[in-house]
Amino acid sequence: MNTEKLNFTVPSKTKMFSFILMGIGLLSIILMFVMDKGNEELHYHAHTRAWSNVFAGSFFFMALSLAAAFFLGLQYAAEAGWATTIKRVIEAVTAYLPWGIAFMLLIFILGQLHIHHIYHWMTEGIADPNSPNYDEVIAAKIGYFGIFWWVRTILYMIGWWWFTNKLVKNSRAADALEIDTNNSYHWKNVKLSAWFMVLFAVTSSTSSWDWVMSIDTHWFSTLFGWYIFSGMWISAIVAITVLIIWLKKLGYLEFVTESTIHDMGKWMFAISFLWTYLYFSQFMLIWYSDIPEEVIYFQTRWESYKALMWTVFFVNFAFPMVMLMSRDCKRNFFFLMFIGTIIFIGHYLDVIMIVMPGTVGHAWTGLSWMEFGCFAFFLGLFIFVVTRALSKAPLMVKNHPYLDESLHHST
Amino acid sequence: MGSAVAKTKHIIHGVFNDEVPLLEACKKLRASGIRIKDVFSPMPIHGIDGVIGVPRTRIAICAFIYGITGTSLATLMMWYMMISDWPNDIGGKPNWAYYLNVPAFIPITFESTVFCAAHGMALTYFLRCWLVPGAKAKNPDPRTTDDKFLILLELTDEQAKKAEEILKSNGAEEVNHKGSYIVPAAYTLEEAH
Repeated sequence: MNTEKLNFTVPSKTKMFSFILMGIGLLSIILMFVMDKGNEELHYHAHTRAWSNVFAGSFFFMALSLAAAFFLGLQYAAEAGWATTIKRVIEAVTAYLPWGIAFMLLIFILGQLHIHHIYHWMTEGIADPNSPNYDEVIAAKIGYFGIFWWVRTILYMIGWWWFTNKLVKNSRAADALEIDTNNSYHWKNVKLSAWFMVLFAVTSSTSSWDWVMSIDTHWFSTLFGWYIFSGMWISAIVAITVLIIWLKKLGYLEFVTESTIHDMGKWMFAISFLWTYLYFSQFMLIWYSDIPEEVIYFQTRWESYKALMWTVFFVNFAFPMVMLMSRDCKRNFFFLMFIGTIIFIGHYLDVIMIVMPGTVGHAWTGLSWMEFGCFAFFLGLFIFVVTRALSKAPLMVKNHPYLDESLHHST
Repeated sequence: MGSAVAKTKHIIHGVFNDEVPLLEACKKLRASGIRIKDVFSPMPIHGIDGVIGVPRTRIAICAFIYGITGTSLATLMMWYMMISDWPNDIGGKPNWAYYLNVPAFIPITFESTVFCAAHGMALTYFLRCWLVPGAKAKNPDPRTTDDKFLILLELTDEQAKKAEEILKSNGAEEVNHKGSYIVPAAYTLEEAH
């Protein structure tokens, strides 16, 4: 094995590329804020779409790195051996988590300062019967929001960050040892992961209610948490797969077998179905029961976001189903990368479709450069942070009890 | 093309203690042009099909066909029951065209697809391996259900000698001769390489 290729250095081209993306993104974010004017007739505040785009970008990449942390913990908790060779790539994706959290926090604080109007319930006097902003339905729910909401938000952020940080730190600490006879760091991580799974199971649902579902404050869906979770999970899997293939193309990760990548392809296929299952279940139950306060959610989407709704459904469901069904496709690197990229954009559009109808509403004029520009900024930042994290540790883990199994992984 | 003459085939069992030397022996046998009849093992060995020259399974194609059959059957059934024969008004849902009511039909379509694909695959597998009620076990040596690994060979005189050497030099615990049979001249042509 080529020992030089065990340590990753960020190619200058990649750095350049991420800076160009961030530059284009920043420029379009500024332009977006300048050009996004209000519309009194449609009850549309100025800059709402711009803020919603920033929110979508922050949330998508934060959720993605969180799901990567979950995926990492899952391998530990299940004591799965196959993914040991790609563990460093998963760890690198989780490195974006603090950035994502920081962006989310910034958006929440600005919302609380009434600089943007993403959250209806943050409006001043929403629970005050004498205020012109009074909303009876939200007033009944206000105990769940306000201070309690902030406490939860801070707890999620601290909890996720603490666990992720600890998992990665332990993994790096095992590298420093000459030999780890009791696999002490591994077992520490197994225990940690078990607790993280519990935390994640609860908070992935509650955080998506708090942060995403509360955009449509009047509306609720018990399936919503899982729907968001499956979306972030598939995005994380795509990001990890694309990174692995890219590293392989650069000559790194020679020790990752074709079967490991085949397995990532299976994950991509399976979680695309999980997403479809949850998306459709939520839609079908609401369509079937036909209760006005629930149906309104899909009515807005059906009336003003129809093209986006169908695009998201077909790109994220039919496309991976047909393209990833056969074994040969899942073992073809070019194919996986191509499909992964398209699904990745598809799930970003999914987040756009989740956010926009609740904020922009019927003032939506279709996808535009604003969405893509904002996406470019966050993608650039993500690439920059993740590739830098990759270069911080050797690509091959040391002192992991399942390393040998993973090196010989074949399906 | 070889000439059509009757041949004697020897049945040889190469017994191993572990799958690693077995796989090595299989590779060597195949490299010297010997066809492996079958391998028996107490547990599944990943990737052995490629090593002993078993062609890729076509069960995935079967599964696809069974699945599509399930989809079509379910669609036909629901269209006939719910739209064509006796349109029911359920919760005020449109019932005069299939496509208008399609969200309600998706779960059944999905279940039927999975049902047909899974059962079709299982039945195909049982029939193809002839695992039918009352079928006799085809295991040549019962120890392979416990802790032994076995390569089954059916070879001509000169090949048998070569194979024996390869088996022994690659760590076979035993090389057992289990008799021989004669292949009539009419059948030998197609086997000639």
